[in-house]
Amino acid sequence: MNAVITVIGADKVGILARISTLCADNSVNIEEVTQTILRGMFAMIMLVTLPEGITIESLAGKLTEAGKALGVNVSVTRQEIYDVTHKI
Amino acid sequence: MRRFTNINADDILETLRMIHDENLDVRTVTMGISLLDCADPDEKAACCKLYEKIVRHAENLVPVCERISTEYGIPIVNKRVAVTPVAMLLGCAPAADPVAYARALERAADTVGINFIGGYSALVHKGFSPGDVRLLNAIPQALSVTDKVCSSVNIGTTKSGINMDAVAMMGEIILDTARRTADRNCIGAAKLVVFCNAPEDNPFMAGAFHGAGEPDVVINIGVSGPGAVRSALQNNAKSLDLSGVAEVVKRTAFKITRMGQLVGEVAGKALGVPFGIVDLSLAPTPAVGDSIAEVLEAMGLESVGAYGTTAALALLNDAVKKGGVMASGTVGGLSGAFIPVSEDAGMSRAADKGVLTLEKLEAMTAVCSVGLDMIIVPGDTPAEVLSAMIADEAAIGMINAKTTAVRVIPAIGKKAGERLSFGGLLGEGPVMKVNTVSPKEFIKRGGRIPAPIQALKN
Repeated sequence: MNAVITVIGADKVGILARISTLCADNSVNIEEVTQTILRGMFAMIMLVTLPEGITIESLAGKLTEAGKALGVNVSVTRQEIYDVTHKI
Repeated sequence: MRRFTNINADDILETLRMIHDENLDVRTVTMGISLLDCADPDEKAACCKLYEKIVRHAENLVPVCERISTEYGIPIVNKRVAVTPVAMLLGCAPAADPVAYARALERAADTVGINFIGGYSALVHKGFSPGDVRLLNAIPQALSVTDKVCSSVNIGTTKSGINMDAVAMMGEIILDTARRTADRNCIGAAKLVVFCNAPEDNPFMAGAFHGAGEPDVVINIGVSGPGAVRSALQNNAKSLDLSGVAEVVKRTAFKITRMGQLVGEVAGKALGVPFGIVDLSLAPTPAVGDSIAEVLEAMGLESVGAYGTTAALALLNDAVKKGGVMASGTVGGLSGAFIPVSEDAGMSRAADKGVLTLEKLEAMTAVCSVGLDMIIVPGDTPAEVLSAMIADEAAIGMINAKTTAVRVIPAIGKKAGERLSFGGLLGEGPVMKVNTVSPKEFIKRGGRIPAPIQALKN
């Protein structure tokens, strides 16, 4: 299953490392990463592949926890929601 | 901005902004369930059958929607069920108490965890069957002893004209329903809609019912998104002329509808139920920024209700359809812009200021769905005035071959200028001034307004 992880908040050392480690620990493969500044806030977007047995819900719980520790908002959703809204 | 191989980061951030900052959501996933096979001469047997069928089909509706919401990151605000008009079940049960059917619907709604169940309805646009009359007479009590049951009555169509006997009855029924729920802000009347040209696949309450031509079970979707449209206009259309404004609305409506289409397809598959339609209506909420009025104001009106409001609404409604129809294979339901007063903070504010009047709202209903919606009127408004209000709305619908409806709430014990608050999605608003010059003799005539020449299309 393809999914998109988004991280939005104040930039600080270790965000990419923490989220990447969490993905690795859960066998979630990172396909692509991009970072940008959105209205003065740091925004990181990761395209990932979830292995069998890992659900969005379980990953979301762990990411939210990590996000809280980092002081950023982290979300994960299936990729299709972005495909349908921007591709004909 | 760097482009991903498969996906554009700008697009992702825009979608997130629409959901998190602009209140974009799927307003309702509504499961339509036919109860035609639940008809039984015995009241208890019929109620058992309908309860069992609703629970059997809808027991996973809420958990499935919650899972979809988590996986796709889009809120699904309401999970609901619409059933066959209950009057159709009463025909074969002449001794049955119609209120028992409402209680059975309420029990089923409680069991499956939905917040509204629609279909305590009758279709009487050309005349009454005995079951219809019994249902209509039971509406006030049924809506006063239940919380989740919604009722609708179709009193006219372009093909059949307007049943003015039903129109006369509905004025009384609305008043009686409000009186019986006077201790609960007259909430009963907020769960009762009178239609002309009612769609059989409308997912939105309080007017949803499952038409006789529908499949046994179906999933219909209602989207939202006034906040996203307003924001797109404010951010991208400041210097555009109105054809440019229409283009921005179309593009936004496309994105909104595509989300609804996706949710409908996924939900249908997960529940093993065919996906029916996406209703393109932009449904507002009382939340700040989630307002149709503010969309119209973003086009350049000082306030909704000003001259230009009807034109702006016509542009909005048409552009929403043009954008939405491209995004969904099967569009249906009401598919227009809703203009409820209490449920839309901007509309409510304009009504408070006296800028938005009932007369202006009536004009607006000629160019959009659905009609005079969630309008609070003085509690002493005579029944025949309510009936005449219904007749006028029905005439607009009948002649223009579109859906129109009336959902007005007589605020028992309150006068124009006072307020009524329902809370939640139903919102709050001022008691609006009503023209009470008497239409009594006109309404008393009864009979039918014949189908217009527009009906003769064959």
